[in-house]
Amino acid sequence: MTGPTVILQSITGVDVELRVAGPGSRSYAFVIDWHIRGILALAWFFALLLLFGGLAQFTLTLPALSPLALFLVKWSPWLIYFGYHPVLEVAMRGRTPGKRMAGVRIVARTGDIPGVGALLIRNVFRLIDSLPGLYLVGLGSVMLTKHNVRIGDLAAGTLLVHDPVESEKSFATLHAATASSPLDPQLVDLAQELLDRWTELDDGARAELARTLIRRIEAATAQSQGPQDSLAQQDTEELRQRLLHLLSGGRPT
Amino acid sequence: MSTDAGLQAWLASRATVWQELAPLLDRLEHKRNHTTAEALSAIEMYRSLGRDLSIARRILPASRVTRALEARYAKLHSIIHRQPHNWHARLKALFRDEIPAVVRELRQPILWISLLFALSAGAGWWLVATYPDLIGLLASEDMVAGVEQGRLWTEGMLNVMPSSVVSTQILANNIMVSVAAFAVGIFFGLGTFYLIALNGLMLGGMFAFTHQHGLAGELLKFVIAHGVVELSVICLAGAAGTLLGESLIRPTHATRRESFQHATAKAGKLLVLCALLLIGCGFIEGYLSPDPDFPMLSRVVVGFGYGALMVAALTGRLFGRQPSQVPLKSYS
Repeated sequence: MTGPTVILQSITGVDVELRVAGPGSRSYAFVIDWHIRGILALAWFFALLLLFGGLAQFTLTLPALSPLALFLVKWSPWLIYFGYHPVLEVAMRGRTPGKRMAGVRIVARTGDIPGVGALLIRNVFRLIDSLPGLYLVGLGSVMLTKHNVRIGDLAAGTLLVHDPVESEKSFATLHAATASSPLDPQLVDLAQELLDRWTELDDGARAELARTLIRRIEAATAQSQGPQDSLAQQDTEELRQRLLHLLSGGRPT
Repeated sequence: MSTDAGLQAWLASRATVWQELAPLLDRLEHKRNHTTAEALSAIEMYRSLGRDLSIARRILPASRVTRALEARYAKLHSIIHRQPHNWHARLKALFRDEIPAVVRELRQPILWISLLFALSAGAGWWLVATYPDLIGLLASEDMVAGVEQGRLWTEGMLNVMPSSVVSTQILANNIMVSVAAFAVGIFFGLGTFYLIALNGLMLGGMFAFTHQHGLAGELLKFVIAHGVVELSVICLAGAAGTLLGESLIRPTHATRRESFQHATAKAGKLLVLCALLLIGCGFIEGYLSPDPDFPMLSRVVVGFGYGALMVAALTGRLFGRQPSQVPLKSYS
């Protein structure tokens, strides 16, 4: 299923399609960030109280603290809480720890990294998105708009897109498997995908897929590690090792 | 060698190069001042990666390798197309040219919003003067009780909390009000009108109430040092908010979304200056305004002096703009 996309237009004529994140990914990223900033602010608050002796005396009455301590204890946790998004989004070029974990990032409508102004405006409009509570306006806007954006994104001209973290492994495997044998890169890709999703698949399915791929790879490379009958008797771990061995170009894994 | 075999051999040879891309791109992304040679090499890498991606899409459509290449290509695209890190020049242009241009464009809304604020303040005065019980809607019970006992709520403010805390609390509140006056402009400007009118009503009502108890002079003494700029900034933020409303009612671009986005980007610049001015107000309100020993004349000088500074900042003269510099419209 394909959701809305945005095209990153390039002067070379080779454009890249970026998939727009839906309400699920957005909410997931937000919840992670919300927990991080909440925990950070609270931890900082209690650390300061401890530092200034407020907690040790079992008193949370702020006027008991010195003016500087009072200022820090009262305001710096709020600064962490409310400054988290604008500061990190600017510093991390449209990402936050939560967005990183959810695999999303902010981009301009052209697909480029958004400017500082756009990122700040996006955060100013949290005031509207959070109305009347629990970000209901923002969530409604995400669900109803074509590109799943909240009001802040509409104002700033930004989008949240999926940030694919395709592993470096795909290049390394391709190199290892094709450098010494005429192995079909598509076959390598399929085998790599199977290995990456190994634990997600049930036993029967992964064994069947592994056997099929091993047969095809061995036929293509004329490289066999024993009679074909043995393939049916090997358990899943042995099949995985055999597949890894073939992908490494026959070198020990 | 067949075409397919040739393409596969090419793919195998390029895989090594692609493997080395990640650290290269990270270095390019995190470095700020690139040399010309580095910039040219990045552009060359971009072209070459574009070619590779194009071929990979043909040989390995929808594969992990192609997706990984697309991710690298998109990253390099963003690095090449990002704005230069010339903060000094950008800030100078913002304060000297762009904000004055926005202010000039917003002159009429600023006048109308100020008038709305003044009329609301007048209405607030009249309402509380005519129906004194209405003060219960505008002020807390403690404030009302204090004034009825002949004491302003600002008295002894510094005995409760130090100036630094008071200042920060006030400036956070003022920034919040200004940001709200701007952002609620999204409701076709009505939110801004409501917020400005409400603030005007409260101010007028409080003055009428303190006047009834002979404390209006004291309240004026408290307000004058910071109020000139603080109230002006709220009107400025309100005027910026009406721009958002107008962009939705009378779009200036092909779609309302584009029009709204354009208006927000423009009006948002003014908000930066508003926030800076409010920091100054917060300090004055936290340190000078509650100090009973600070004489009235000095308060007037501070209030109107800061007001003059605000005008200089709004016209860009504070940042070196010459009166004859044109055109201002080009930044819209």
